[in-house]
Amino acid sequence: MAKTASDTAGLIPEGMELPPARQGERALARRRRLAAYLMLSPGGLYLVIGFLIPLVIIVILSLSSGGGLFSSGGKTTFTWEWSNYSQALTENWKIYLRSIAYAAIATTLCISLAYPMAYWIAFYGGRWKATLFMMILVPFFVSFVIRTVQWNFILGTNGLLFGPLKNLGVIPQDFHVLRTPVAVIAGITYNYMPFAALPLYVALERIDRRLVEAAKDLYATKQTSFRKVVLPLSVPGIFAAVILTFVPATGDYVNSTILGGPGTTMIGQIIQDYFLVRHLYPVAAAMSVILMLGMLVLALAYARALGTEDSTLAAGAAA
Amino acid sequence: MSAVVAPAGPDAAAELPPPVKRTPRKHVTRFILPVFTIGMIVYLAFPVFVMILYSFNIVVNRQVAEFTCCTLNSWRNILAVPELNDALVTSIKVAIPAAAAATVLGTFLGLVLGRYSFRGRGATNFVIFLAIAVPEIVLGSSLLSMFVQLNNNRPAGISVALGLPTILFSHIAFSIAFVAITVRARVQGLDMTMENAAQDLFASPRVAFFKVTFPLILPGILAGFLLAFVLSLDDFVITNFVNGTTNTFPTWVFGASRLGIPPQVNVWGTVLFTIGLLTAGMQVLKARRSEVGF
Repeated sequence: MAKTASDTAGLIPEGMELPPARQGERALARRRRLAAYLMLSPGGLYLVIGFLIPLVIIVILSLSSGGGLFSSGGKTTFTWEWSNYSQALTENWKIYLRSIAYAAIATTLCISLAYPMAYWIAFYGGRWKATLFMMILVPFFVSFVIRTVQWNFILGTNGLLFGPLKNLGVIPQDFHVLRTPVAVIAGITYNYMPFAALPLYVALERIDRRLVEAAKDLYATKQTSFRKVVLPLSVPGIFAAVILTFVPATGDYVNSTILGGPGTTMIGQIIQDYFLVRHLYPVAAAMSVILMLGMLVLALAYARALGTEDSTLAAGAAA
Repeated sequence: MSAVVAPAGPDAAAELPPPVKRTPRKHVTRFILPVFTIGMIVYLAFPVFVMILYSFNIVVNRQVAEFTCCTLNSWRNILAVPELNDALVTSIKVAIPAAAAATVLGTFLGLVLGRYSFRGRGATNFVIFLAIAVPEIVLGSSLLSMFVQLNNNRPAGISVALGLPTILFSHIAFSIAFVAITVRARVQGLDMTMENAAQDLFASPRVAFFKVTFPLILPGILAGFLLAFVLSLDDFVITNFVNGTTNTFPTWVFGASRLGIPPQVNVWGTVLFTIGLLTAGMQVLKARRSEVGF
C-alpha cells in the first residue's frame, strides 16, 4: 500500500491545534484531488493517444478488409473480417509454436543461469554486491543490435570461437552453429539475461536474512533452509523473470534475423514482413493481435499474482 | 550384494563422522558459485570485448568473422561512412527531445500516482503496467497502423509522414511509462512526514513541495531522463516500424548487418559504450559521496 498525502489526514489527533499552513486540511483534500487530475492529464492523454488508441486501431484493422500500399492510399474498411485471424493462424501456426518453443527454452536457460549468480551476489556479495551487479549490467550499455551482430563474429564459421578450434582439428570443418536454432536460442538467452537477472536479484536481495538465521537456529541444514526459506520467498522474482523474459523473447525478431537461417523464422519476422514489405495490413494486424492477446493473458496472470504496482516495479528494475 | 553384508574395512571408516568436516554446501558458496558468477560476468561481457577487439580488425570493406590484427584505420576514419553518421545524428536528434518530453509527462504521472489517491488510480497504474508489458513488436505495429490509418483517412486533413516526427512521437509514447514508474518508486520511498514537518514549520504547501519534496525526488527524475534517453537511443523494434526511410543508429546497423557491417560500427559502439560507462561510473561515485555526506 502506498502512503498517500490524504492518508495523513487520519494521522492528526482529534482536537489538535494545527498551524495555519495545515488548517483546513480536509478542504485541501478536494483541491488536492483536483490537482491530481490536473497533473495526470498531460501524461495520461499522451498514453491514450500514443498507446491505447493505437491498440484499438490495430484491433479494428485486424477485422478489416482491403488495404494496400501505404503510399498508394489503399483504404481498409471494417467488416468483421474474422478470416484474417484464420488466415494468420493457418499460415503461421508452426511459426507461432516455434517462437513459443524458442522463447520457453531461452527463458529456462536465462533463469537457471541467472538464479545461482543472483543468489550468490545477493547473499555472499558482501561489500562488492553493488559492483558485481553493476558488472552484469554494464555490457548492456551496448546497443541491442550491435551486441547481436557481435555474436555473428563469435559464432561465425571462421570466427573467434570455432575458427581456432577448426584449425586445431577439434571440430570438423563443416561444423556450424550460425543459422541454426541453437544460434537463435543462444542469442535470445544472452540478450534477455538482464531481464531475468534483475527481478531475481531484487527478490533475493529483499529476503530478510533473519529468516535464514532462524532456519539455521532450528537446525536446518543449508540445503534445507535454501529449499524451505530462500526458494519459496524468491518465487515472485522467478515469476517476474519468466514474464519479463518470455514475453519479449516470443516477439523477438532481431536474433532470428541476424543469427538465424531460413529454418528458424519467428513470428516477429513474419509480422514485420507482412507490415513493412508485403503491406498486408489486416492479416499482419491479426497476427500482432494474436501475439498481444497471448502475452496479455500471461501479463494479467502476473499482475494478478503480484499487483500492478509491484509488477511494474520489477519491470522497471529490469529496464 | 555388499550392501547386504556388514560393511567392513574402508566402508566402515567412511561411516564414522569425521571430527571436523566442511559441509559440501560450504564448497558451493565458497568455490562453485563465485567461480560460476565470474564465468557469467565474463560471458555477458564477451560480445563487448569482441566489439572493441574488432574495431581494430584489418578489413577491406565490410567486417568479417575472421580477426586479423591490428589497425587503427577504422578509428582514424570514424566518419568515413556518411549514412552511418546521418543515422547517429538522427538518433541523437530523437533521443534528447524524446527523453525531455517523456521526463516531463512521466514525472507528473509518477508524482500523482505516488502521492495522491484518486478515482482511476488503479486504472492508470494498469495502463502503465501494460505499456511496459506489451511486446515491443505489438506496440510498433500498432503505432504504424495508427499512422497508416491517419494517412488513409486524413481526419480534419491531418496526415503525417513516416520519419523523424513519427519516431519522436513513438519514442515519447513508450518512454513515459518507464519515467513514471521510476519517479513513482522514488516518491513512494519518501517520508511524507518531511513535507508535513515543513508545513508545521509554517511553510506553505508550495514552498514545502519545492524546498523539501522536489529536491528529494530529483534523483528519480534524472534517473528517469537517463532511462528514457538510453531506451530511445537503443530502440530498434518500434523504430523499425515507424521510421519510413529515415534510419536511426540501430536500424541502420540492422540493415547493414545483412551484408556485413563496416568496422566503424564497432568503433562507434565502443565510443558510446565508454560514454555510458563513464556516466554510470559518475552516478555511482556521486551516490557514494552523497551517502557519506548524509
